Amino acid sequence: MRDNKNKWVLLTSAAALALGTASLASANTLQNTIERGAVQCGVSDGLPGFSAPDDQGEWQGLDVDVCRAVAAAVFGDAEAVRYISLNAVERFTALQSGEVDVLSRNTTWTTTRDTTLGLNFTGVTFYDGIGFMINRDLGVSSAKDLDGAAICVQSGTTTELNVADYFRANDMAFDPIVFDTSEQTVGGYEAGRCDVLTSDTSQLAALRIQLSDPDQSVILPEIISKEPLGPVVRQGDDQWFNIVKWSLFAMLNAEEMGITRDNVDEMLESEDPDIARLLGQDGNYGEGMGLDADWAYNIISQVGNYGESYERNVGMGSPLQIERGINALWTEGGIQYAPPIR
Amino acid sequence: MSVRPKAHSLGPKPPFWRDRAKRALIFQALLIAAVVVFLFYIIGNTQANLAARGITTGFGFLTNTAGFGIVQSLIDYSSQSTYGRTFVVGLLNTLLVSALGIIAATIIGFIVGIARLSPNWLIARLASGYIEIFRNIPLLLQIFFWYFAVLRAMPAARDSYSLGEVIFLNVRGLYVPSPLFESGFGLIPLAFGVAIVASIALTIWNKRRHEATGQRLPAGWISLGLIVGLPLLVLFVTGVPVTWDVPELRGFNFRGGITVIPEFLALWLALSIYTASFIAEIVRSGIQAIPHGQTEAAQALSLPQNLVLRLVVVPQALRVIIPPLTSQYLNLIKNSSLATAIGYPDLVSVFAGTTLNQTGQAIEVIAMTMAVYLTISLLVSMFMNWFNARVALVER
Repeated sequence: MRDNKNKWVLLTSAAALALGTASLASANTLQNTIERGAVQCGVSDGLPGFSAPDDQGEWQGLDVDVCRAVAAAVFGDAEAVRYISLNAVERFTALQSGEVDVLSRNTTWTTTRDTTLGLNFTGVTFYDGIGFMINRDLGVSSAKDLDGAAICVQSGTTTELNVADYFRANDMAFDPIVFDTSEQTVGGYEAGRCDVLTSDTSQLAALRIQLSDPDQSVILPEIISKEPLGPVVRQGDDQWFNIVKWSLFAMLNAEEMGITRDNVDEMLESEDPDIARLLGQDGNYGEGMGLDADWAYNIISQVGNYGESYERNVGMGSPLQIERGINALWTEGGIQYAPPIR
Repeated sequence: MSVRPKAHSLGPKPPFWRDRAKRALIFQALLIAAVVVFLFYIIGNTQANLAARGITTGFGFLTNTAGFGIVQSLIDYSSQSTYGRTFVVGLLNTLLVSALGIIAATIIGFIVGIARLSPNWLIARLASGYIEIFRNIPLLLQIFFWYFAVLRAMPAARDSYSLGEVIFLNVRGLYVPSPLFESGFGLIPLAFGVAIVASIALTIWNKRRHEATGQRLPAGWISLGLIVGLPLLVLFVTGVPVTWDVPELRGFNFRGGITVIPEFLALWLALSIYTASFIAEIVRSGIQAIPHGQTEAAQALSLPQNLVLRLVVVPQALRVIIPPLTSQYLNLIKNSSLATAIGYPDLVSVFAGTTLNQTGQAIEVIAMTMAVYLTISLLVSMFMNWFNARVALVER
């Protein structure tokens, strides 16, 4: 009898535990991250320049640098990142369910994604737009001549929607050939399954250099949409939202102030009050986010400023060779602008 | 004087927990209650968590504009259609490849299964070779093989293989002419209907006459003649009111006619050939399950060979064949969801892929998709059970 009673107690408490835990999923991402010892960062399934493993198997890219900046701000160690490769279809569910803490995966900021998915975009790492890549031999020089073309596009992207809009607006027909990964879309394009490969122009540049004969393909001049790409976090954890948001702002501010990875130690001595505030020499601006005063110093000394990251990954210092264009700072004719540290 | 054994005195009624039947009932009721409570808890908990995280829920998204294109659709679809319509488009594409796959797999499976029992050494070996190869390679690899190795190797549109300049095959798919019906064409389906009704009547009449007099006509051949001949006759009498829309290379692509996309071809071929290898084994085992004495007995009655098969072997074999055949059909339908690997716009690719991602409503979309597969499978299984009951041997 006694035994039976014990069993029941055990059973009911187990049930209570099981039922209880599900609703206890707390929103303190910073605390969880510190306990885990690494930032879980959702990246792409391999997009050179943005997020792709290099020949040593280390993840590199503009999006990857956001993950590293967050890790540098939180741990003072830009390497404390666990990368999780996600395709376009998986990405939001992975973030919603807590599999990743930051999604930094060339994701377009749209109303639906910002308001109905329980997610928040923290800023814009790259201002992009959709373009078309086509075989030179077809002799097409404008997107307006693409009536009837078969178009390879990646599933679950804004590209899928914007291309449909563009063709309808211009009263043209097209066959969407939809694949799960960008690798498959390139395969389809190379095999001739489709005439045109479409994606964000930055991606097209990245995919083009992977082709067996890059010179055979041209990117058409039309940019048919606005695609602001940026990091995403879960809604409802403002502290974490701020950390990711200000990690990017710190990189932008650093570029504006001329602080680089190389001169950041000299800059610690700087008399400029803006620089002193950013590097934590004057006041502690990390406190409000639960971080140390040297949060921005760690980002800049380990990852570099935005301009450095851009040049290294997608700019002229990289195989992609994308001009700064509108991604230049506002002081240089672009639209990248970060609020001040104050 | 014999003493009748006294009936056992009942004594006080035993408590209900000593009564096995009552105890069983109580436990079942408890189990059901627990399952129901658990389901309610799971659903409530999910809803609460979704609301807490600010994720939109509900099925309202089905009436929103989808805004993306789909390459193959059996109904009118444009990027202006709703998500509800993408669901239907995806469902129809799944049903199309499943239905055509089941038909092809059944035909190939029966032929190979019978061929495997052939006394001809070469045919029997070829059939077993087919079965061993296709049964033992994973289906996904076979889909990839047809799609990437075979169909991707086809020439570009300008260098298409063509059959008499009306049918074209290239890396974009198979292009066949489509019929355009003119006025007067309606008579042909009518003639077809009349022929079918006449054939059924003939078969019934022939059977009665056979039972009454022992004489009979070759009803099968007459019916075939009727069903094929009558519509053909009407076709020519009305002056062939059909023109063909022949595909033609214009701009990037062939225009006109019917396009069979390579994603469909690859999936259909792989599903049919793979499932056929299992069906062939089922057919072989079904036939071998009939004791040889049955065949010998039928031959001893001097029944001709085709009647031995039709009246003695096949009806008994079907009893063995149909239940496992049902599972193969169900497998084929479920396996069609591998379409997403090569981009065939089936339900999983269009609805559980693109729609899910554009709306972000994973739970609703996945639940609907699962419900669809469950419903299709249950319907097929109901039909096959009914068919099985019909062909089952009536034991006397």
